Amino acid sequence: MAEALIPRAFVARLWARVFRRNRVSSGFPFVASGVLGLVLICALFGPWIAPYRATAISLADAMTPPAWMEGGSASHLLGTDNLGRDILSRIIAGARVSTTVAFYAIVLSGLIGAGLGMAAGYFGGVVDAVISRVIDTQMAVPSIPLAMLFAAVLPPGEAMVIFIIVLSYWTWYARIVRGEVMSLRERDFIALAKVAGVGTPTIFVRHLAPNLLNTLLVLATLQFGSVIVFEAGLSFLGLGIQPPQVSWGGMLSDGRNFIEVAWWLITIPGIAIMAACLASNLLGDWLRDTFDPLRRQVW
Amino acid sequence: MTLLALEDVACHFTTPAGVVRAVDGITLKIDPGETLALVGESGCGKSTLAWLILGLHPLTRGRISFKGQDISRLRGRGAKGFRARVQAVFQDPYSSLNPRLKVRTILAEPLLAHGAARRGVAAKINRALSLVGLPEMSADLYPHEFSGGQRQRIAIARALILEPDLVVLDEPISALDVSIRAQMLNLLQDLQGELGLAYLLIAHDLALVEHAARRVAVMYLGEIVEDGRTEALFDRPQHPYTQALLAAVPRPDPAHPRATGQIHGEVATALAPPSGCRFHPRCPKCMDVCTKTAPETTIVATEHQARCHLLDSRHVPGTRRGTIVG
Repeated sequence: MAEALIPRAFVARLWARVFRRNRVSSGFPFVASGVLGLVLICALFGPWIAPYRATAISLADAMTPPAWMEGGSASHLLGTDNLGRDILSRIIAGARVSTTVAFYAIVLSGLIGAGLGMAAGYFGGVVDAVISRVIDTQMAVPSIPLAMLFAAVLPPGEAMVIFIIVLSYWTWYARIVRGEVMSLRERDFIALAKVAGVGTPTIFVRHLAPNLLNTLLVLATLQFGSVIVFEAGLSFLGLGIQPPQVSWGGMLSDGRNFIEVAWWLITIPGIAIMAACLASNLLGDWLRDTFDPLRRQVW
Repeated sequence: MTLLALEDVACHFTTPAGVVRAVDGITLKIDPGETLALVGESGCGKSTLAWLILGLHPLTRGRISFKGQDISRLRGRGAKGFRARVQAVFQDPYSSLNPRLKVRTILAEPLLAHGAARRGVAAKINRALSLVGLPEMSADLYPHEFSGGQRQRIAIARALILEPDLVVLDEPISALDVSIRAQMLNLLQDLQGELGLAYLLIAHDLALVEHAARRVAVMYLGEIVEDGRTEALFDRPQHPYTQALLAAVPRPDPAHPRATGQIHGEVATALAPPSGCRFHPRCPKCMDVCTKTAPETTIVATEHQARCHLLDSRHVPGTRRGTIVG
């Protein structure tokens, strides 16, 4: 009967639309955006959602396994750590830190990188040579030793982590924007703007920047995941977010000592990091395909 | 009074491979309200010359004057004033309109850059749109919502909005569908009559040039080899290059023999122009002298001159000797 009510062809078409079967371009990444949405909700409303305070210690409940395991309890869905702190609450609190750091790091490195990349691509010549050499030099410096240097010099905390991430990530924006601007600058509308008497600052703001937005949005989405992994790495090494502030990388680092008795201490933050990174990569890929007119397909 | 005069204008680019003499010693003038066509093969420097006139690239040598005022070395305020008088329409209407701006912003840009009062802008936009035959509602759309021909109309409207004296048309119709070329050409001619515009028409389509231009200048490898009134130049071409170009125009007459193969090879590179006459390696009438010395400009009739040794009785006995002007 169900077949009569909903024609099978319709179901097939809907299925194909949503999941883009047999197509080059992928369909809208529902799962990826769902995961990222969850991370964002945790970041924004964490304190109201989390069942416990992230730092609430309860030694009596220490090392409770996740609820579905033997000995687990429904009051700690993802279990507790060696101090009896609720893992779920800590993951939610960590999402807030990771997202904040990633947001500021991406916005700042995007602004700096795009600004310098636009100047290099538009003016060319000496300006380009200087900026390009700075980019090359920056890219040749491995970021972990650089992070160790700054961690030793600067006061620890979120601001330092953001600074270190911006230092190693702005070059990506600068490089890509420089290339885009070099091709944009040859377009006739730039020459015609000059013929019309438009000044250089206006050309940057009105003619270059809006044409770079797609690229920047795609790059920022792709980098969201990468920045979260980098931040986790720094925190794991003890160079990043310091306790009692919670971070996913710090949770990995704490749980490492108990890996043989309580696997969930590192598995769960590990899954959180991986899921957030993978989701942002998938969404970024989809955005790139969608903005690329060559790959864009009519629904 | 001459509107625009170029004297010995040159533009050399320094590249890793050497100096490219893209434009090398060009003297031209354009009178108010007339159309001067500039024809030549790809890579001969036509578009570079347009860029020089528009002030988009500095001159290596020479002088450009507009209404008697030297504008080739103007900067800042003076340059801006001149820029309002000379506008341009380029070949590709897909590249000449910023895809992120509404037509209203595109049209308002030149006005606002020249400090027009915001209140008058809307009226001027509507007038410019009606001049090129587009409805007023077009102003609120984006360029991608128009066809190629409509986009070129928008580009023309933008060029006209400052009420310039001269519009540089760099291949204005060659990117358009054949079906709308005539339409666009008529539009350009109507506007010229209505607004008293002078055009510098850069083209490679000689049929178009014959129809549209009062005078023609033929360019080869950075130099003008012949220029004159359109009828004179088409009826009595003097330079072998002009003759070959005209012979290559297809005629809608099956009885007319196809004149191909008059010239061979490719345009030489402007990196190392040939010695003597730049056309000599490809010239069917090449003489000894052509390989050694560059020809001088010879006036063959009123407003008709060419640079060729064949016109000089010192090299070709019996030739009516024109006036050598140097």
